[in-house]
Amino acid sequence: MVEPATATQAAAPVMPQLKDELDIVIPTIRNLDFLEMWRPFFQPYHLIIVQDGDPSKTIKVPPGFDYELYNRNDINKILGPKASCISFKDSACRCFGYMVSKKKYIFTIDDDCFVAKDPSGKAVNALEQHIKNLLCPSTPFFFNTLYDPFREGADFVRGYPFSLREGVPTAVSHGLWLNIPDYDAPTQLVKPLERNTRFVDAVLTIPKGTLFPMCGMNLAFDRDLIGPAMYFGLMGDGQPIGRYDDMWAGWCIKVICDHLGLGVKTGLPYIYHSKASNPFVNLRKEYKGIFWQEEIIPFFQQAVLPKDCTTVQKCYVELAKQVKEKLSKVDPYFDKLADAMVTWNKAWDELNPPTAGSVPNGKPA
Amino acid sequence: MSLAIKDDEVDIVIGALRSDLTTFMNEWRPMFSRFHLIIVKDPDLKEELKIPEGFNLDVYGKPDIDQVVGSSTSILFSGYLCRYFGYLVSRKKYIISVDDDCLPARDPKGFLVDAVAQNISNLTNPATPFFFNTLYDPYAEGADFVRGYPFSLRGGVKCALSCGLWLNLADHDAPTQALKARQRNSRYVDAVMTVPAGSLIPISGINIAFEREAVGPALVPALKLAGEGKCRWETMEDIWSGLCVKVVCDHLGLGVKTGLPYIWRTDRGDPIASLKKEWEGVKLMEEVIPFFQSVRLPREATTVEECIVEVANAVKERLGSMDPVFARAAKAMLDWIKLWQSVGSSSSRSSAV
Repeated sequence: MVEPATATQAAAPVMPQLKDELDIVIPTIRNLDFLEMWRPFFQPYHLIIVQDGDPSKTIKVPPGFDYELYNRNDINKILGPKASCISFKDSACRCFGYMVSKKKYIFTIDDDCFVAKDPSGKAVNALEQHIKNLLCPSTPFFFNTLYDPFREGADFVRGYPFSLREGVPTAVSHGLWLNIPDYDAPTQLVKPLERNTRFVDAVLTIPKGTLFPMCGMNLAFDRDLIGPAMYFGLMGDGQPIGRYDDMWAGWCIKVICDHLGLGVKTGLPYIYHSKASNPFVNLRKEYKGIFWQEEIIPFFQQAVLPKDCTTVQKCYVELAKQVKEKLSKVDPYFDKLADAMVTWNKAWDELNPPTAGSVPNGKPA
Repeated sequence: MSLAIKDDEVDIVIGALRSDLTTFMNEWRPMFSRFHLIIVKDPDLKEELKIPEGFNLDVYGKPDIDQVVGSSTSILFSGYLCRYFGYLVSRKKYIISVDDDCLPARDPKGFLVDAVAQNISNLTNPATPFFFNTLYDPYAEGADFVRGYPFSLRGGVKCALSCGLWLNLADHDAPTQALKARQRNSRYVDAVMTVPAGSLIPISGINIAFEREAVGPALVPALKLAGEGKCRWETMEDIWSGLCVKVVCDHLGLGVKTGLPYIWRTDRGDPIASLKKEWEGVKLMEEVIPFFQSVRLPREATTVEECIVEVANAVKERLGSMDPVFARAAKAMLDWIKLWQSVGSSSSRSSAV
């Protein structure tokens, strides 16, 4: 049995790192009560709340937080016709928050995620761990058997070439979940009572050339390095699938990170996932995806980006082209999705014009 | 989900670089006593081996090695390479091997870790090299494949090799340990994971297990440094061997796991002395890794032996002129395959299960 942490104030850092460089993006349709639990860790930071569903409903934000809130009307106003790329009635709408942010880093979390406890009972400051992960290099070219070599008490093992020990910049930090695990609908139906109680005390770099299923529940990334590729796709209202938003983004960013020499980490931090979604509802959303992913995965595994794609945008537009070319035959949805990817890209560039003297994204200069 | 392994399918192979194995054997007794052991005495060791009673074992020394292998080979089964003789003469399906300066570890709850049982579990559960599962081993109790893991890949493939880890003295190289003299590994990471296909990993020989019938010939006793010593800081033989195994496994669609079990590695040796004496290994890795990352095996190589011959030829061609140690390694690899075919039992079939 795992329990969420309650004594979070004690674990709050004295100096919150990157407080002016990081936005916390939260999609919500219900309420933000969960923020009370996170207050000691989140209060120093700016929040971007993306309200999904009925825009006439008022979402109450607990007092004391510095935030901006966008509902569907705001999204339509800001993006105009390009708003078509932002999902409606799905948490995929959160990527609008990534687009409007002006900060270098994003941390996104679901509104049913509480603070977890580590095996010693101490509250886990997930945000602090994500920041550590993002500020430390990744090591995608050779697997370190002691996992993250930059963690305290660890290092590279015998046989690890010294020329690879500097690592590369980390673009994405993918956290995990205790209690309700992120299973697909069939697995949920077969194992309704399974809870993740295993606290695996590791951060590791996902090797180059390896794909993984990215979960958006507890995720942080460097907007400058990979932001334009963090599009969460077309899900929800009027779309044939759901619950593939974060995974779609994850496959895109991994291919691009591998191409540009950036790192993706997974492992710590854990959050406590409190709410199990309805497996029958999930099955209806995921059903087509379960078949489609058999084509999608080989597509991403074989995707090759040309050498002249040297920025994230160029990579992403190229990927959209390949999606249209190769996945449209699976279902016309992918044709729409490829177009939406391009729309997203255009919208991103409009909202994030390059400032004079700025460095092109992707690898830092 | 795992297959039941019969006790008589396992050999525990120990390379004895130290003569007094009393504490070692007694500490491991609860885990070892069910199984047959092969102890290979380092031919350079002058003293008689001291082994406590109560084990089912065979001990091999220099005379046995000479008799079986004779002068037919360039391979020197001395130092850390002596255990490979044990692999050669074993007739069992699975082999578990730990260094003789390691003892059972305790998990965070204080229980002794049965490294043998964990290794057997790793080998008998499938590996999943084609897609990374973020909850690590999907076959572990309380875990499963996560949302987004393609269903067609959930059957996994055979796990041919399992590489365990170490508490206390971790397997760092000499420069690292010399720099962080007091650092000891106390972090118990409760996970087993499959090393993705196409990714290379430094496989430490301190704590490994493998299916001899599937990949035995790929663990090659080939890279012997000029200043090869009796400390892990003075060898890279296992790293070389592990890279060969990984390349072959990737080609044949077999899996390699890393993580649990932990063993406790006792403090021994002086990293600074090792570094002064032998840093050749650290330098060589700069050439070795890019080589293994780029080696490509032809479609026609469908058995482990054929794959190793291909790798050996590539080593000779591309690394041979860089350093004599590589030319010797290539020859040793070819000799090993010949030896395996004449002395080793049931040469492995192609990997198709």
